Amino acid sequence: MHTNRRNFLKLTAAAGGAAMTPFAWATRADAQGLETMVVASGQTINSLDLHRTGTNRASYQVAINCYDRLVGFGSRQLPTGEMSYDYDTIVPELAESWTISDDGLVFTFTLKPSATFTDGSPVTAADVKWSFDRAVSVGGFPSTQMRAGGFFRPDQFEAVDDRTFVLRLDYPSKLSLPNLAVPVPFIINSAVAIANATEADPWATEYLHTTTAGSGAYTVTRWDQGQQIVYDRNDAWVGGPLPEVRRVIMREVPNNSTRRALIERGDVQVSFDIPDRDASELVGTVDVFSTPIENCIHCACLNTRFEPFQDPEVRKAIAHAIPYEAIFQSAAYGRGAPMWGGSPDITDTAWPRPFPYATDMDKAREHLEKSAFASGFEVPMSISLDLASWMEPTALLIQESLGQLGITTTVERIPGANWRTVALVDKSLDFHLENFGGWLNTPDYYFFWAYQKDRLFNSSNYANEEVHALTEQTLHMSMDDPEWAPLVKRMFEIVIDELPRIPLYQPALNVAVNGASGYEFWFHRQLDPRRMTGA
Amino acid sequence: MAGRTRAIGMRLAQTVPVILGVIVISFVLTRALPGDPAVYFAGAMADEQSIQQVREALGLDKPLVTQFFLYVGDLAQGDLGRSISTGQPVLTDLAARLPASLELTLSALVLSCVIAIPLGVLAAVRQGSWVDHLCRVLVTAGVSLPTFFTGILLVYIFYYLLGWAPSPLGRLDFIYFEPPRVTGFYLIDSLIAGDLETFAATLRQLALPTITLALFTLAPIARMTRAAMLQALSADYIRTARAAGLSRGKVLFGYGLRNALLPVVTTLGMVFSFVLGANVLVEKVFAWPGIGSYAVEALVASDYAAVQGFVLAMAFLFVTLNLIIDLSYALIDPRIGFDTK
Repeated sequence: MHTNRRNFLKLTAAAGGAAMTPFAWATRADAQGLETMVVASGQTINSLDLHRTGTNRASYQVAINCYDRLVGFGSRQLPTGEMSYDYDTIVPELAESWTISDDGLVFTFTLKPSATFTDGSPVTAADVKWSFDRAVSVGGFPSTQMRAGGFFRPDQFEAVDDRTFVLRLDYPSKLSLPNLAVPVPFIINSAVAIANATEADPWATEYLHTTTAGSGAYTVTRWDQGQQIVYDRNDAWVGGPLPEVRRVIMREVPNNSTRRALIERGDVQVSFDIPDRDASELVGTVDVFSTPIENCIHCACLNTRFEPFQDPEVRKAIAHAIPYEAIFQSAAYGRGAPMWGGSPDITDTAWPRPFPYATDMDKAREHLEKSAFASGFEVPMSISLDLASWMEPTALLIQESLGQLGITTTVERIPGANWRTVALVDKSLDFHLENFGGWLNTPDYYFFWAYQKDRLFNSSNYANEEVHALTEQTLHMSMDDPEWAPLVKRMFEIVIDELPRIPLYQPALNVAVNGASGYEFWFHRQLDPRRMTGA
Repeated sequence: MAGRTRAIGMRLAQTVPVILGVIVISFVLTRALPGDPAVYFAGAMADEQSIQQVREALGLDKPLVTQFFLYVGDLAQGDLGRSISTGQPVLTDLAARLPASLELTLSALVLSCVIAIPLGVLAAVRQGSWVDHLCRVLVTAGVSLPTFFTGILLVYIFYYLLGWAPSPLGRLDFIYFEPPRVTGFYLIDSLIAGDLETFAATLRQLALPTITLALFTLAPIARMTRAAMLQALSADYIRTARAAGLSRGKVLFGYGLRNALLPVVTTLGMVFSFVLGANVLVEKVFAWPGIGSYAVEALVASDYAAVQGFVLAMAFLFVTLNLIIDLSYALIDPRIGFDTK
């Protein structure tokens, strides 16, 4: 039964579309390499169109697999030996080449002449223009992400001729080019989309919700919502080297134990985004990749509107009282990267970076005694039920440790649907846990979202004029600019001292692989099968 | 006969206010849930501007009363609205997922009846014997073991260790294709298509989740059969029947079981409606694309139309089921007629 299925999978892939007919299982054949890859994932894909309102994170993979962007990211080896995408290397995808004007305001892209959509029509600059117009116009998340790169309005985009596309910025920014390589600005076959658009739906969101019209490495041949999505390779793809895997079957398996059984038995080649605990226990049985998620930190946040937290000595006392190692072991099973016990000297611009605090109850007591709250106080500590797997053990360990200082905490569990409103919008939680991560991998981008006054992820209500100004100054500045590093170091120095957010650890994205190789970590936290191969 | 038709008509008419009530209550309750769908669906990075755009797109900027009348107007045309998270009409979603749940639940109920009713009867007839003890053990185990635990245990033993069961990947392994849709029940559809291979494959996928659910539903049915049977067997008419020298089988099944069936059927109806909504845990373990997990996901996302559609569908099922049970009462026990009402 077991070997038969393996053979079958290879066969279906080798036979391509013909094997999609029922009863093909009866025939056998031998083929080499990994033709069909089966992936188990706990997440559900709810749309084939990233731009649609309500599209969830898991669905971003469709934009990656079935569509191209103008540019993409290269890959690099991490110090741990694992492979990752490379934020610093921008490679061509649909664009053959590009030039940037001296003032950094005008980007001119030349498209690859051989690029075609899956219906055979050539990819033109008009398609790029239409797709970008759509991304900045539909609103919601895609428009927000476009704005991060400095793309606000359709008049910034121009199709000069079939192969030349021009992008005009209001201000030069180092984030613009990388922001063209994130999943959002993907390029759609505008002729097909316009043919299926209606007056009420000018951007064809209804049509593209269930059908893809791209030029990407794969096409969706089957989508059973809530069950599976099947991708078949597009052999005419010019966005990069042709992938080895001909067919990718993504099965939705919500239960972690079931997914673990599947990967251990080898019935699936990849189990994507597995819990830390399974990752630590599967090491040695199958290949496990645990890559710390770039620019993402799990934090304990101290809200400045709560009186005791306005006292710097209290904040330092808490930073010294947190049992970091115990949290890292019991909440993350040692997966990820520690964010404590760093050097007090800031010599580099690495981010996330360990803060120079470590568990030391004597120091914690010293700091608390110097404060106006030496006898302790009471504070509720809030966690999100959606993120209970790491927040719950973390909160209980912090609760126990702070109890020794006389700080009494009660753990409040907030339903996931409510969390964003109270934690991020109202910013009304005094003491809480938070886990912001930024797609664009620069420290200033993290500061923009998490440390600038009134920004969404600044759930601590932190307001420091100097940090605000420094973030404004560095956000669009090139990292090669000699001014950049000193300014960023100054930002680090301030927030390390003022501690509106106490970093606990950098979480990991865990992926188990059995019978395949070539896995790469991507900032968007989805599987990119384009570079995967057989074992 | 005309009396019965009228009685059924009356019963149907009585369900109208129930359904109306369910519509109002489900509408109000979903709105009373914490969480704002506009915020949820605008995504984590959204700002005020994009949230407002989403709110308008979802029609949530209109006053509640307007929203209600729009919803009722759509309902009158058979439109349950559109789920925001799946992007499909709720009716399509329900049509795709309800048969999956029904197939699983019905198979489990058939299996548990096949085991529980004879077991209950035997336990009542041979009180204190090993059958009675076996019945007690099974019932206790069925009630005390949570379904997700039984499910994972079965997967561990029969899939992971022994390799007898196919991968717990939903209704059909991915090497098969679903049979042409007629009823939505794969077992029936594959038979209609004359495709015995797919039928066998469906059966294999069904086995473990069915056993899991059957273990759980077996308990109340077996208990109820045993108790009702004991009561029936101690009744005067059984003594009379025995004294009259009727055969043992005739006494047991003709008089004993038939009289004991009434409470069993009632329990069956309750267990069915309870399990249909509550088997979400089994669905999760076996990656079953059923209605339970759909409802839970919709609830988490404050997906109003989907939640309301689910509640309404369940209400309809419940009402239909009760009607069938009431009708079957009259079949089992002719003394219960509709004329009395």
